[in-house]
Amino acid sequence: MSAELHSYLILIVIGFLPSEVWRWLGIALGRGLDEQSEIILWVRGVATALIAGVIARIVLIPPGALAGVPLPVRLAALAGGFLGFLLIRRSAFAGVVIGEGLLVLGALVFS
Amino acid sequence: MKNPMSVEPADPPAHVAFQVFLDGIVAAVRSVFFYVLIGNYVGMGALAHEVGFSFWWMALSTVLIWAAPAQVILVSTLSTAALFEVALAVTLSSVRFLPMVAAILPTMRRPGVRQRDLILPMHLTAISVWVEGMRLLPLMPVERRIAFYNGLGTGLMSGAVIGGAVGFVLAAKLPPLLSAALLFFTPMAILMSSARNSRTLLDGLAFALGLVVGPVVAAQKIGLDLMWTGLIAGTMAYGVHRLREARRKCVS
Repeated sequence: MSAELHSYLILIVIGFLPSEVWRWLGIALGRGLDEQSEIILWVRGVATALIAGVIARIVLIPPGALAGVPLPVRLAALAGGFLGFLLIRRSAFAGVVIGEGLLVLGALVFS
Repeated sequence: MKNPMSVEPADPPAHVAFQVFLDGIVAAVRSVFFYVLIGNYVGMGALAHEVGFSFWWMALSTVLIWAAPAQVILVSTLSTAALFEVALAVTLSSVRFLPMVAAILPTMRRPGVRQRDLILPMHLTAISVWVEGMRLLPLMPVERRIAFYNGLGTGLMSGAVIGGAVGFVLAAKLPPLLSAALLFFTPMAILMSSARNSRTLLDGLAFALGLVVGPVVAAQKIGLDLMWTGLIAGTMAYGVHRLREARRKCVS
């Protein structure tokens, strides 16, 4: 099997199916789902923690050009952006702008 | 004489349905989510390029999966983690689709709607589409909702696909500093959206613990670190939530 075809197979089996199954269940089970049920809360906690782990991974073991930026700069930019978000009326836009700005500045100054 | 109030809402004729579909697309483009999605997916496209996926793979992933967390997990972990671990992580990250689809699809149902008419709305459901749909669908008669929602979802998904394409191409052409900034966008965007969506202590705590536990677990080099991070940090956050609930019940 060619690598190309293999990558699409992976996309479908590892990406599409595991994600879509929840949509199928949603259409099958219909109403009457308790969003506050303990199981759903726990799964939500696990899923949230998991994506946070993915973020940490991207920042700590970055791909491509991001690896050229020193680690302290990446961490400071992430923290600074989050701080900016908190301080500026919980604005995601402000957070992203500040975080990106800190990254670029830090990369220019420290490398 | 037939009571006019008992007439069932009829299927709109095809050209009207198409018009409503276009209304949905317009609503998508006018939504703030359109720009948030484009931004997120530009970053994701860049990530996909850096890790080595093809342009069409990235585009297809958006159309087929249509879930930013799942796609980020795929793109950033496929090369290093075991396949079934990635599949498990994707599965967990998409659980929220169950209550989302279950909440919004009934609002489009009426006598005469075939199950297969709901398949496209079901697939198009993602956070942005769902939020806008929950806001806008109640404002229109039920017979228009499916076409409108399909337009809304198609419009938002198209923005995402285009954003991904732009990010992918940019990553190849930008100088290193800007490319680094582009790649950094994905963790920033996910952090921001998780922070904004975190309505409860459970959400915020789970995220913060995940950030801390993740690197610790990864350093142990035992494999399946994504799963362990999710399970450990998530269960800890859930435990804190239960403790607080129990304490609240004792007090009252």
